Formats: sequence, C-alpha cells, structure tokens
Amino acid sequence: MNPSDASDRVLVIEAGGSPRQYAREAWRYRDLLFILSWRDIKVRFKQTAIGASWALLRPLLTLIILTLVFSRIARLPSVGTAPYALLVLSGLLPWQFFAAGLSDAANSVVENEKIVTKIYFPRLVIPVSALAVCVVDFAISLLILAGIFAFYRYLPDWHLLALPVVLAFAVLVSLGPGLMLAALNVKYRDFRYVVPFLVQVGIYASPVAYSTSLVPERWRTFYYLNPMAGLIDTFRWTVLGHGFTPWWPGVGLSLGVALALLISGLLYFRATERSFADNI
Amino acid sequence: MAFAIKMEGLGKRYRLAHKHKARYRSLRDSIVEGALDIGYATKRLLTRKIPSTRPADEDFWALKDVDLQIEQGERLAIIGRNGAGKSTMLKLLSRVVEPTSGRAALRGRLASLLEVGTGFHPELTGRENIYLNGAILGMGRQEIDRKFDEIVSFADVEKFLDTPVKRFSSGMYTRLAFSVAAHLETDILIVDEVLAVGDAAFQRKCLGKMGDISEQGRTLLFVSHNMAAVQTLCNRAVLLSGGKIVATGDTHHIIEAYTKSWRQNIDLGERRDRSGTRRARLQSIALEDSNGDRSLRVGSMQAFEFVVTVSAEPDAIGKKADLILIVCDRRDNRMVPLYTEWTQSDFRITAEQQTFRCRVAAGLPLVADTYWLTAAVLIGGVNADKLERALEFEVTPSQDFAAGLVLNPAYGQVLVEHVWEQARA
Repeated sequence: MNPSDASDRVLVIEAGGSPRQYAREAWRYRDLLFILSWRDIKVRFKQTAIGASWALLRPLLTLIILTLVFSRIARLPSVGTAPYALLVLSGLLPWQFFAAGLSDAANSVVENEKIVTKIYFPRLVIPVSALAVCVVDFAISLLILAGIFAFYRYLPDWHLLALPVVLAFAVLVSLGPGLMLAALNVKYRDFRYVVPFLVQVGIYASPVAYSTSLVPERWRTFYYLNPMAGLIDTFRWTVLGHGFTPWWPGVGLSLGVALALLISGLLYFRATERSFADNI
Repeated sequence: MAFAIKMEGLGKRYRLAHKHKARYRSLRDSIVEGALDIGYATKRLLTRKIPSTRPADEDFWALKDVDLQIEQGERLAIIGRNGAGKSTMLKLLSRVVEPTSGRAALRGRLASLLEVGTGFHPELTGRENIYLNGAILGMGRQEIDRKFDEIVSFADVEKFLDTPVKRFSSGMYTRLAFSVAAHLETDILIVDEVLAVGDAAFQRKCLGKMGDISEQGRTLLFVSHNMAAVQTLCNRAVLLSGGKIVATGDTHHIIEAYTKSWRQNIDLGERRDRSGTRRARLQSIALEDSNGDRSLRVGSMQAFEFVVTVSAEPDAIGKKADLILIVCDRRDNRMVPLYTEWTQSDFRITAEQQTFRCRVAAGLPLVADTYWLTAAVLIGGVNADKLERALEFEVTPSQDFAAGLVLNPAYGQVLVEHVWEQARA
C-alpha cells in the first residue's frame, strides 16, 4: 500500500467496471474488514453493561424457553441417545447465528450511510464485516454448548473435527440472503420489516426445536430446500456425534440452495452497489 | 510530465422525481410507478402520440461533458456556487458515485476528504479512531502504525488518546480527523471545504500541510468558498457553473471571474434545491440601499431594504402570506432573523406576482464579512418555498462604527454602539 507501488497504475472510472479489478480491490481493503468488525464488537462492549455476556445469555434464555415449550408442553420426542435440551441447543445455535447474521448484514449498509456517501471502498466489506461479528458471537456461544454438554455428561466424538466446515456452511447460508437484503434495503427500506418476519417464521420452518426425522418422507425433499435444514442437521451431526444422523441427500440439496442464494446475492449486490451512494 | 487526472466527457445525471418527496423509495412506490409505466406504454402503443417516457421524472445533469486534464503536482482549485457541480465532480473522482457518461483516468493512489472525520465513532477513543478512520480512508494497518506518532503530534491530542472522541472538543475532533487524512500516502489528494472548521491557527497548519503535499510532487484538488485559502494554495483554478466548466486559468483570474458572477442578479426561480409545497415561489431577492441603488454590498449598520418578489399559484390568492429572511454567516450560523410574524405584518397574496419590501432601518449590526440569506415564504402558515443560501452578499465596514476599520470576526460578529470610559485613579 505504498504510493510508489501504485503511482504508475492508471485507474479508469466509467459506468460499469470490471469484476477482476473489484476482486483485487476487495482484497486490498481486507484490513478495513477486520477494523469494521472490531469496531462493532468494541462499541457493543462499551455501550452495554454486561458486554460479552449477551452472546451467552441470549441463547441460554431461548434454550430454556424452547426446551420447556417443546419437550414439556408439546411433548416432542428427542432422537437417539441425546437429551432433548441438547437437541434444541444444537439447533438453536446455528439458527441464532443465521438470524443475527441475516439482520445485521441486511441493515449494515444503511447503518453505515455516512461512510458510504463519503468514501469509496468495495461495499462488500460492510455486510461481510457485519457477519464476521456474528461469527465471533457464535464462537462465544459454543462455550454454552460445552457447558451444557458437561452438565448432561454427554461426550461428542470425532465428528467435532468438522466444526470449521460447518462454520463455513453457516456463513455461506447467511451471506447470500444477507447481501441481497442489504442491497434491497438501500433502495426499499421496506425490507427492514421483512427480516424480523423471516426470522420469526423461519424458526418454525427450520428444525430448531425438533429433529428432521419428524418430517414425513414425502415432504422431505421439499423441506430441505430450506438451507437452514441442511445446516442445522450438519451442526447436530457434528456436535451430537453418534447420537444423530442426517439425511445426506437433503443436506446436499440445502447446500446447493445456499450456493445458489450466495451467487444471486453477490450478483445483485454487485449490480446495485455502484448506485448505493445515490439511493441511500 | 504525465497527467494525474484526465476527464473526458464526464457527466452525472440524477433523476428528479416530482411526485414523491420521501427520502427513500418504498417498494409500493416502485410497484405503483411500474404499473403507471405499463399503462403509459399501452396508451402510447394505442395512440402513438405521446413521448416515450412518462413526464413524471425530470433529468438533471449535475455535471455534464466535462473535459479536464490535471498534471501531476498541480494544485487545482474548483470554484463555483452551490449546486454548480463541484461536489459531484469530487464524488465522481473519489468513486463514491459512478458517472452516467464519459470517463476519468486517475494515475496513482487517490484519497479524498469530502468530510472531516468520516466514520469516526463517538464511543471509541482517539487511538481507536485513528485506526478506524485510517482504514476507511484506505490505509493498511502497518501504514497507520508507521504514521501513528506523526498523526498524533500533528493533531496535538497526545493527552486525550485514550478518551472517547465524544468527549473531545470540536476543535480537537477536527484536528485529529484532518491529521489522519493528511498523513495518507497518496498521489492525489481531494479536499472539500474541510477548512471551514477549526480555529485560525489550525487552518494555517492545514494549509501548510497541503502545501507540503504538493511540493512532494503530489496532486491536490481543492474546493472551498474561502477565496483567500484558494489563492494561497492553488496555482490553477476551474470555474464551474450549472455542471459545466465555464473557465480555467490561473487562480487569480478565475477568482475574479467568480466574484464578478456574484454581482449579477440571480434568478432564484431556476434554483432546484428548494423545499416546500410550491404554492408560492421566491423569484428574486435584491438589496437596495437608501438611494435606491441595488448591489450585493451593504455597509454595516447602514439602512437598506431587502426586496423580495414572489410568484403564487392562483389558488393561493387571498391566503395569508408570511416571509422569513435569515442572515447567516459563512459558517451557517443564523445571525439575524427578519420575520413578518414578529413584525405582525398581516400580508395576503393578492396577485400571482408580488413584491415585498423589508426595511432594515438600523442596518445589520454585523462585522464586515460575507453573509448568506436563507429565505422562505409561507402560505397559510405552511412552508411554500424555502431556499437555503438564496443570496450571498457582503457587509462592508461602516464609516460610523470604528471609523471604517476592518474588524476581525474572530473577536465576535455582532456590533452594538458602546462607549468606554476610564475611571479616575
């Protein structure tokens, strides 16, 4: 990033712009990505009294409520050898990552309006950094998982090694719709109201408080079109170990849908980002 | 020597929509308009008479067909009235917005200061904000590490590095923000009106820093309303008006041309940056001295009149009309309000074209400087038309007060007659 490196390079500004140039610039702005995430984390710690504890408290309280409602009142069964609370928790953590990631990414560009209208940088940095913050929260909430596993004396097995892969899957699932909504939000603020609705309905449409084995076989293919179904299954398989086996073709289908969403999200974001400063 | 910036036919078009005044579009608006477009297209197919697009939207070229080459190491000033396209040009070059037509080629790394302290977060400390702001401006972490001490000492905020910037005074805040940007290693630096803030000493320091930048062979693009700063800093200037370049040349001549353009009467009816219901419209505002001569200069504390012409929609006739003129200083501080409600003038609109006069018998008690007038007309108590910076005029030193001395506005801006006496020892 020394001026002499670049002092002979000529940059051409015109309507349009090439994707290769974009990729190079996005890479050049990687420091900004880290700093924006770091800013959001830091500010949250400074503004809230219990800072990091929120990342723990939120899933913990939801877990207690969901376990009570679904196992005690609705009497939904668990699967295999895992206690019901662990089943719920292993659905809840990826779900909360997705919900937070989606809404933070969706609002990110609008919230950074002041920067967007004054300075150029690849706008992709903004939603990605919002998502990165959620990854940190997710890592913290894994601590609860460890604690509750210890409480139930439940031991995960080698499947746990797949955790980084699942994390990548989770980012993949959230990023596509997040980018799409972030871009739409700039032009149509209506989407601010769409996201909470999606999150609210989605928790029932996704296998958070129940196992996918409860889904009737003839609906199964359709059900896995929801990428969260595949993600939650994979996460369960990873942390519950031998206690849970997903329907792998379904997981593949979910992965495909997530990829398709990511590609369309990226394309839409790229197509609209050049006019962000005009529309915001 | 090679060029630093080359613009060819550069243009930016904005769509002005007459219908919705909402700050952002809602999906419903788009759906409704889409449906209208379809209806319009169908009608056009059937009748083949009406033009191809619905007349609801109006194109507005904020910048049009600009050709300009800036050499490396040049210090170029961009001058023009508000709305002339200066900011648009800077935004295009700094890639915040994309051009509608034409192209611009930039050689080397470019940094722009369109606003001081972009992205500063009030909760974060000075130290943290240096890293944050630096990264937003495009500096790498190592580059900031390397420059950190220099940035801090230039801004003179060593003692407050670990204090959240929300506790900074505005002066400290500005100094820190400018300092980060000034230490960017760039080939081209774009600066927009950032000197409007900060105290005189710091302004001098900033000008010095910008001078250094150009001496190192880097290119500087500078926008300011402060002609003195433009004069000292830049060796070439461009005058923009209505989105086009009207003149280029050495700074002195361009400033002269610009000042002259102010003397001409401006047709306010053409201005686009207005708000209100438009049931009435400000057409012109003039300054008339006690001899009935019109100019854009008035002596401090000398009687004069503002003459305002207003046009009104037919349905506004008979309605109560109020006018408000606010004299603002160059930093947009509202100094003197002149309001028909306060003088309890009960005006009604009686014709489609009307003239109102506001007599300021005691004159403006303001130190000699440039001032702006913000004007608004209200129909039935509702804002019908409002123009910020409707008129720029100069208050000149008064012969009666301080014997015509040029007073420094830094000591205060409001003048009152006063007498000093020394008590006997």
